[in-house]
Amino acid sequence: MTLRMLRRWLLLSIAAVACVAAAPAMAHAFLDHALPAVGSTVHEAPRSVRLWFTEQIEPAFSRVSVLDASGKAVDAGDSHVDPSDASILAASLPVLAPGTYRVKWRVVSVDTHVSEGDYTFDIKP
Amino acid sequence: MKPTPIHGATLVALCIAVPGIAEAHGFAGKRFFPATLATDDPFVADELSLPTVSFQKFSGNGDEPGGRETDLSIDVAKRITENFGIEIGATYKRIRPDGGDTQNGFDNIAAGFKYKFYQNDAHEAIVSAGVDWDIGGTGARRVGAESFSTITPTVFFGKGLGDLPSSMKFLRPLAITGLVGYGIPTRSSTTTTGAEGDIEIERNPHTLEWGFSIQYSLPYLQSFVQDVGLKAPFNRMIPVVEFAMSTALDRGASGTTGTVNPGIIWAGQDIQWAVEAVIPVNHRSGNSVGVLAQLHFFLDDLFPQTLGRPLIR
Repeated sequence: MTLRMLRRWLLLSIAAVACVAAAPAMAHAFLDHALPAVGSTVHEAPRSVRLWFTEQIEPAFSRVSVLDASGKAVDAGDSHVDPSDASILAASLPVLAPGTYRVKWRVVSVDTHVSEGDYTFDIKP
Repeated sequence: MKPTPIHGATLVALCIAVPGIAEAHGFAGKRFFPATLATDDPFVADELSLPTVSFQKFSGNGDEPGGRETDLSIDVAKRITENFGIEIGATYKRIRPDGGDTQNGFDNIAAGFKYKFYQNDAHEAIVSAGVDWDIGGTGARRVGAESFSTITPTVFFGKGLGDLPSSMKFLRPLAITGLVGYGIPTRSSTTTTGAEGDIEIERNPHTLEWGFSIQYSLPYLQSFVQDVGLKAPFNRMIPVVEFAMSTALDRGASGTTGTVNPGIIWAGQDIQWAVEAVIPVNHRSGNSVGVLAQLHFFLDDLFPQTLGRPLIR
């Protein structure tokens, strides 16, 4: 009985892994990387902010904005999902003065899970 | 076009209007708390741990021989509503005493429920309460399954340190989870009769079940604090130390037993795996280092429209 039970456990585990492998790959969208990079210091004002996520996101419900130190939105207000790659969220920026800026995002992955976050970057001459 | 309050309101309205926008397992705001192994985390979720494997040597005590124990466990958690869920678990034990026959069998079935009653996304905080029921008599006596039940009301908490000031930004990936429970055995003592007819009475004390975990989330560091250039698989790793303790409170028993478990959790899109060392905190808790490992599935990510959603929405 003992070895048989152990085998059953192993088979059960393998079956669970097989079910997972067969399931569609949908999940929370995590931020993979960004430009300007998370916590970075740049010496030239970026003309856009671009965020790469680990999942495709829903254009209608995904948004990024860039705030200055006083909390005022300074991006061009054209937050959009890249039409050629639905895992990229971007917004244009005007020429920004040196300072600290906060990038805030909230996205909905294609399986409807919500993720949100923020980070800062510095512009120094 | 500049963002305006109207745009924001439209976005919020759309989000509310869309059926099935999913709340996330293990998230408080932008903080992701992984499922911990030795101490239950505070979240109500749809998840499956299969298997959890532990191996530990134990030393002899008086007439009791030392030996080795290997456990294989399965645990399932299912949301009934967004904030209320049930859990059930079973453990198959294999005990090999030094110089004795190997004993195999299931430990008592464990069942329970949990309710999340507080969550603060801005401060990455969560508090929940639940009851665990170790169902006496459902396991095999030969592997030590108790004939009585133990009911443990428990409070769980989690707190991320993402609200620390920017001068301490590299501490922001830290988080703490923990629990405090009161173990209530349904029998105050257990009487056993030995092979030679000798009667032994073992008293079953109330216990304080407590523990906590300290986690440093590398994904949090990468995504919200500083991109330090970590690549896979390190960018999804969460170093963790768990403390799982039990303190006897009465009926002639006293003292604390438990383990300290340093390890690594790797949290992916829909599964996580983890490995921890199991270090006894004192001689009564053991005298050798064991191993604890787990494969864990986030059912709400794997099956968002079926198994992975609350039964009542």
